[in-house]
Amino acid sequence: MDTLSSLADGFAIALTWQNILLALLGCFLGTIMGALPGLGPSNGVAILIPLAFTLGLGATPSLILLTSVYYGAMYGGRISSILLNIPGDEPAMMTCLDGHPMALKGMAGQALSLSGLASFVGSFFATWGLIFLAPQLVKIALLFGPAEYFALFALAFMTLGGVSSTNQAKSAFAAALGLGLAMIGVDTQTGVPRFTFGEVHLYDGIDFLVAIVGLFALSEVFIFLEHRHGSASTNRKVEIGRLSPPMSMIKQTTPTMLRSTVLGFIAGVLPGAGASLGSFISYSFEKRLVDPQSKTFGKGDPRGVAAPEAGNNAAAGGALVPMLALGVPGSGTTAVLLAVLLSLNITPGPLLFTQNPDVVWGLIAALFIANFMLLAMNIPMVGLFTRVLMVPPRILMPIVAMVSFVGIYGISGSSFDLLVMVGFGVMGWILRKFDVPLVPIILGTLLGNAMESNLRRAITIDNGNWFTLIDSPLAITLWVIAIIGFILPLIFGRKVKSQMSQRRDEEGSIKD
Amino acid sequence: MSDRIFGIVGLVLALGYAYAATQIEESFLSDAVGPKAFPLIIAAILGLASIAIILKPDASPDWPSVGRLVEVLAATVVLILYAELLPVTGFVIATALASAYLTWRLGSKPLATLITGIGTSLGIYVIFHLVLGLSLARGPLGI
Repeated sequence: MDTLSSLADGFAIALTWQNILLALLGCFLGTIMGALPGLGPSNGVAILIPLAFTLGLGATPSLILLTSVYYGAMYGGRISSILLNIPGDEPAMMTCLDGHPMALKGMAGQALSLSGLASFVGSFFATWGLIFLAPQLVKIALLFGPAEYFALFALAFMTLGGVSSTNQAKSAFAAALGLGLAMIGVDTQTGVPRFTFGEVHLYDGIDFLVAIVGLFALSEVFIFLEHRHGSASTNRKVEIGRLSPPMSMIKQTTPTMLRSTVLGFIAGVLPGAGASLGSFISYSFEKRLVDPQSKTFGKGDPRGVAAPEAGNNAAAGGALVPMLALGVPGSGTTAVLLAVLLSLNITPGPLLFTQNPDVVWGLIAALFIANFMLLAMNIPMVGLFTRVLMVPPRILMPIVAMVSFVGIYGISGSSFDLLVMVGFGVMGWILRKFDVPLVPIILGTLLGNAMESNLRRAITIDNGNWFTLIDSPLAITLWVIAIIGFILPLIFGRKVKSQMSQRRDEEGSIKD
Repeated sequence: MSDRIFGIVGLVLALGYAYAATQIEESFLSDAVGPKAFPLIIAAILGLASIAIILKPDASPDWPSVGRLVEVLAATVVLILYAELLPVTGFVIATALASAYLTWRLGSKPLATLITGIGTSLGIYVIFHLVLGLSLARGPLGI
């Protein structure tokens, strides 16, 4: 009952006019960003972070705005999948398979509203899952000492490549690169400058917001320039048709939605899985269960639309569990959300629940509110968002680039940071060409310093004994999971990825 | 082949990083681990990952033609110039020029380029500065 009364307090915090307005704005912008190919949840949130800051929003309002964008993008991705057969963001990839065939049969409106409903079911129940699972995880995390935390960070990095990674060497490379960047600046424990090469601007270290916006948003602009992909994905008016699915269709897909929600939520909580995998697993499981001979799946089966959408939205909620409870995100967008918390001087992790309960419960309440808003926006108003798809990238991309600059300049007011951001943009473009995942880089720059200080604290407490790192059963367990998580993709990775990659393009590096 | 070159660059980076780590001056007030150990571990991982990439390269990515490469390079130069000129010319002028360049290169016609450039700049100025009160770079014209 404790949980429910905390949740009630959360609603008291979230239900102010300002917060409701921010949630509404976030949901709206998020849906647009999700729908537009080229802007996904992680770069959408990344662009808006500097904004939330420079507006001087407090911790809870900023988080409400940005998680609404996150949830909104998860809803929005399906729109272009269904109408154009182009996934609006990576998790919506699987929705193309049955969503577009449905649209071709003249059932676009039904596909859109059904998938909106599935998204709602997925994220609604996942938010309940978050409420009940996160406090349990906190209880475990309170037992962690510095050595266990170091092992946990290692686990996060080693599993981040995910089950879908084909090249673990590249994930490791990216993680090391990110950690290496985090080391730049004055060492917090001894006060000596490291890797600054005498440049005063670097003494404070590289601001991870600059890195995030550069890697995620600017590199996208470069990709578009490279392909000179300037015209809109659609010029024709898409026939939407009837907007409400018949009762029989809802009845038929209800078990699908519930099954997929559970699967997606689990995929979201597990490290290194994230929403893309959530929708993939839900779709494949559903197909194997109800249509093993592929008679209807892939040809516009409503269950094939409901499954991935419930799955990816449930995974989005699930991914918040480790981020809030442990301070260790398992996906790209939650890594970006972690950056928000860190910049607001809030350390996520077990203490967050005791020290800033208002932030946690306010956020969770806001997620519920956002969910209902999204349901309302995504079914009756879906026509509005389909029109957004007609904005050509040649207008959109300059806006994305300029808003990125405005945000970063607004925080620091220095040209130096802008130059670093351009550098990160170019680096992001090159790394994406090489299929090096960008998320471990971000996570490295975010967690590098915490990881190092836990390492040093653990060893200093034990008088310089390095074996203290594997001294407790908890730490050993974490290391074992980390090693299994690193090796498993070497065995299964190619198979899963080749199935997933039928629909993947260069967005693969920014996955969620 | 591309991956091999990438791996070699990574290896050089790792060696350079390790060298720079050994150059960190230790303060006499150090803890048991010191400021060098973790960077050296990172350099080792970076190096090992690079070696693995060299030994087992992926298929080459689709490199753009020279023309498209120049395109990306030119955009980089424009954005660097933008960063440098922002405090000099002020937000509105610099942004109009930069976004006009980008939309032109993405295939806008001359008139559309002009409108998009000015529109983006003024739009951001109005929303972010006048409505939201963000401080943007001020130029000689006061905007």
